[in-house]
Amino acid sequence: MQVNNKFSMTLLSRSSNESFARSCIAAFAAQLDPTLEEINDIKTAVSEAVTNCIVHAYREELGNIYITAELLENNVIKIKIRDKGCGIENIEKAMEPLYTSLGGERAGLGFAVMQSFMDNIKVTSKVGKGTCITMQKKISRRFSFNG
Amino acid sequence: MSVKINVTGEVVTALLGGELDHHTANEMRREIDSAVELNMPTLLILDFSDISFMDSSGIGLVMGRYRNLMKSGAELHICGASPQIYKMMKLAGIEKLAKLEGR
Repeated sequence: MQVNNKFSMTLLSRSSNESFARSCIAAFAAQLDPTLEEINDIKTAVSEAVTNCIVHAYREELGNIYITAELLENNVIKIKIRDKGCGIENIEKAMEPLYTSLGGERAGLGFAVMQSFMDNIKVTSKVGKGTCITMQKKISRRFSFNG
Repeated sequence: MSVKINVTGEVVTALLGGELDHHTANEMRREIDSAVELNMPTLLILDFSDISFMDSSGIGLVMGRYRNLMKSGAELHICGASPQIYKMMKLAGIEKLAKLEGR
């Protein structure tokens, strides 16, 4: 699929960057003229993915979070969020709603939210190497130039 | 991030404001929990009216407070949920644990 625009950034896995990351992607996605609901869906999914990098992938250590967003043809945004953290042993289990390896105050809903708020999500991971989440969402065209 | 506590009789209301994510959830939790410990309410109302953004850390916050309240048999109500927050609460099945009201 043709890439019309692209944006990349690298962030340290500090929790203060969660808000920064989702705001950046939201500002970039604004070029597709999304509805308020669509922009909120994207912000929420990005927040979940970045939080996963911080609380799961890197845990007690600091590492880089690599974020790329592409605006594709047909008004689709593709977002890739990658880390070089501990990796996920069992992706299927990690994606089960309400499953969390951390307990306590984590709801275990990160992947469920990403799945439900975006059109599709792909997760690849290698233990000890890191995890990559790719998700896409088609933005509705609110205005038609054909009259 | 802000938490405003209001106590009326046996009811504690926490008006939450700003963005609720993993970064801000801990401080919100501490403020709500200290108000609950101090006042021992029979009902805790979490008011999301002034929350501009929430991810699943907000669900963790609600579930954690529900677990704590269960020990004393107190009830939990959620109000002021924006459509986005409401969607997230429904996804998590929060309406089975607490009375849930939108904005």
